[in-house]
Amino acid sequence: MAVANEMGAITKAFSGFGVDEKSLITVLGKWHPEQTKSFRKASQFFIQDERLFERWIDKHVEQLKIEFLRFKSAVVLWTMHPWERDARLIKDAVIDGQKSTNVIVEIACTRSCDDLFGARKAYHSLFDRSIEEDVAYNTPGIERMLLIALVSSYRYEGPRFHEDSAKSEAKTLCTAIKDAGDKNPMDDQEVVRILSTRSKPHLKAVFKHYKEISGKNIDEDLVADSSLKHTVQCLSTPHTYFIKVLDAAMNPVADENTKEGLTRVLVTRADVDMKLIAEEYHKQNGVELAQKIEQMVKGNFKEFLLTLLARGDQLKK
Amino acid sequence: MPTNGGDVVEIGVGEQCGNVVDIDLGEQWRPLRPGKLTASTGAVAGWGTDEKAIISIMGHRNAVQRKLIRQAYEEIYQEDLIKRLESELSGHFEKAVFRWVLDPADRDAVLANVAMKQSKVDYHVIIELSCIYSPEELLAVKRAYQARFKHSMEEDLASHTSGDLGKALGIYRYDGDEIDARLAKSEANVLHNAIKEKVFNHEEVIRIVSTRSKAQLMATFNRYKDKYDTAITKHLVDDPSDQYLAAVRTSIRCINDPKKYYEKVIRNALNKPGTDEDALTRVIVTRAEKDLKEIKELYYKRNSVSLDHAVAKETSGDYEAFLLTLLGKED
Repeated sequence: MAVANEMGAITKAFSGFGVDEKSLITVLGKWHPEQTKSFRKASQFFIQDERLFERWIDKHVEQLKIEFLRFKSAVVLWTMHPWERDARLIKDAVIDGQKSTNVIVEIACTRSCDDLFGARKAYHSLFDRSIEEDVAYNTPGIERMLLIALVSSYRYEGPRFHEDSAKSEAKTLCTAIKDAGDKNPMDDQEVVRILSTRSKPHLKAVFKHYKEISGKNIDEDLVADSSLKHTVQCLSTPHTYFIKVLDAAMNPVADENTKEGLTRVLVTRADVDMKLIAEEYHKQNGVELAQKIEQMVKGNFKEFLLTLLARGDQLKK
Repeated sequence: MPTNGGDVVEIGVGEQCGNVVDIDLGEQWRPLRPGKLTASTGAVAGWGTDEKAIISIMGHRNAVQRKLIRQAYEEIYQEDLIKRLESELSGHFEKAVFRWVLDPADRDAVLANVAMKQSKVDYHVIIELSCIYSPEELLAVKRAYQARFKHSMEEDLASHTSGDLGKALGIYRYDGDEIDARLAKSEANVLHNAIKEKVFNHEEVIRIVSTRSKAQLMATFNRYKDKYDTAITKHLVDDPSDQYLAAVRTSIRCINDPKKYYEKVIRNALNKPGTDEDALTRVIVTRAEKDLKEIKELYYKRNSVSLDHAVAKETSGDYEAFLLTLLGKED
């Protein structure tokens, strides 16, 4: 029956990423009270209250709030100056703690030297603190040294580097990572020094030599999901890193924190290298990123993301 | 062969014997006499070197005479005149002028580079940059450094020093006036405990001193004074062997009262037997267009003698003249 389809449509409209505003308007807006009641009785979003009425489950209302807000958040984030955007993203990550450390690493390692510095300035204006002091205060133990070093970097952006230093630093990294024993390589001053002060062209050479010495890429030699691994990924193969973030976000069992990665990557990379990321995505996953988004995301939020994704083609970046 | 600083110039040499010679410009030079040795010594003794006297004496002597001078010098002063000349003529004057001529940010970049390349890194320079300079000034220095040396200051510093010194330079402190009073209170306690237990490489101490804004640190130091009845700087005992402790102490002093800090650098540079022209030049040249006047006033208050007077006493020649010019600039 059309009603069953409609009920399905509304259920679907309320689930997943974003909200299907159109269906809600055209279908829900037109239902008679009995139809709505039938929906409530059958829906997993509602529960029979002891006083004999069907009540929204709070958890679902909360989730709906979040889903409705995704479009707003994306739009507001998109309109912001990139510096304010990065500053706010970092602030949220600082507040979130351990689970969002990768966001701090991501921003510190993938932005240009001046953009990172701009974010640090914006942070002063927005929060009357420095990123450094907040990250230092809120990051415990072993990660602190690495994170502070990354957010406070001001890398040389010219092309020149010393092949010999790159070679010897590759050796240093290799030893630190492979012969670590009990020591965590993240705790190693030399590792932090190399990764946080060297220019990106220099690091490219370092990683190349690393592969020659070790036989593997540096991120393959690192324990899964540590800040160190994220650092190395963001510095060596940022596109691969971003694809991981996108895939994790669009995983049906992703938590809210992980889901935010979708907005973040699309908004922050749209005018930078989104096109290249999308191409890599296609190569890696065999499906177009646009298609995946079409499949997993709904409503205005989806339309907005797809528009951002298409920018790459128009702007020829 | 003795080196001389430049063209041979016809000038006179004063009559005085003894170790210090007043150079009298414009008179005809006199032929070699035993007294000339004194003049030569005088020209290199003390602070700075009188190139013109060196030029006039050595430049007009033949090889035999120069050898005799060198031998006599060695006998009397137990040092090789050549070595002395080499070090003196490495040009405090030249260095000072060169630094003065550079753009401020470029100058600071050069000074930072020099500081790092020394066998014992001069951490004062690095700390001054990270604690006294405004974030904008520091950024300008970093850019100038990259332009001149083709890599970042942080890279060089990190590869020449170990530990936290290099990292402090990267920190871009909040430069506004907002403070968190509760935080000031708790961090004053943290600092006090660290000082009491003499555990200065306590991670929290590094964190506080190197990342908090200057306004926040001043609030913290004030809370410290309120609670413990003594200024934090007075509780920091001088232990020259611990380089790390010294760096933290210097940072706190720089943040607490930069002008007082500079006065102390100059005072030490002038009092030191044998020279710290590098420090003297650095402070005078880099602060000349900023707050040198106030540093002079502080110097006078502390030492009851004007800085001009002290500099004139301890330096000589072109170097002295140049420093005095810079000192007199605001007048």
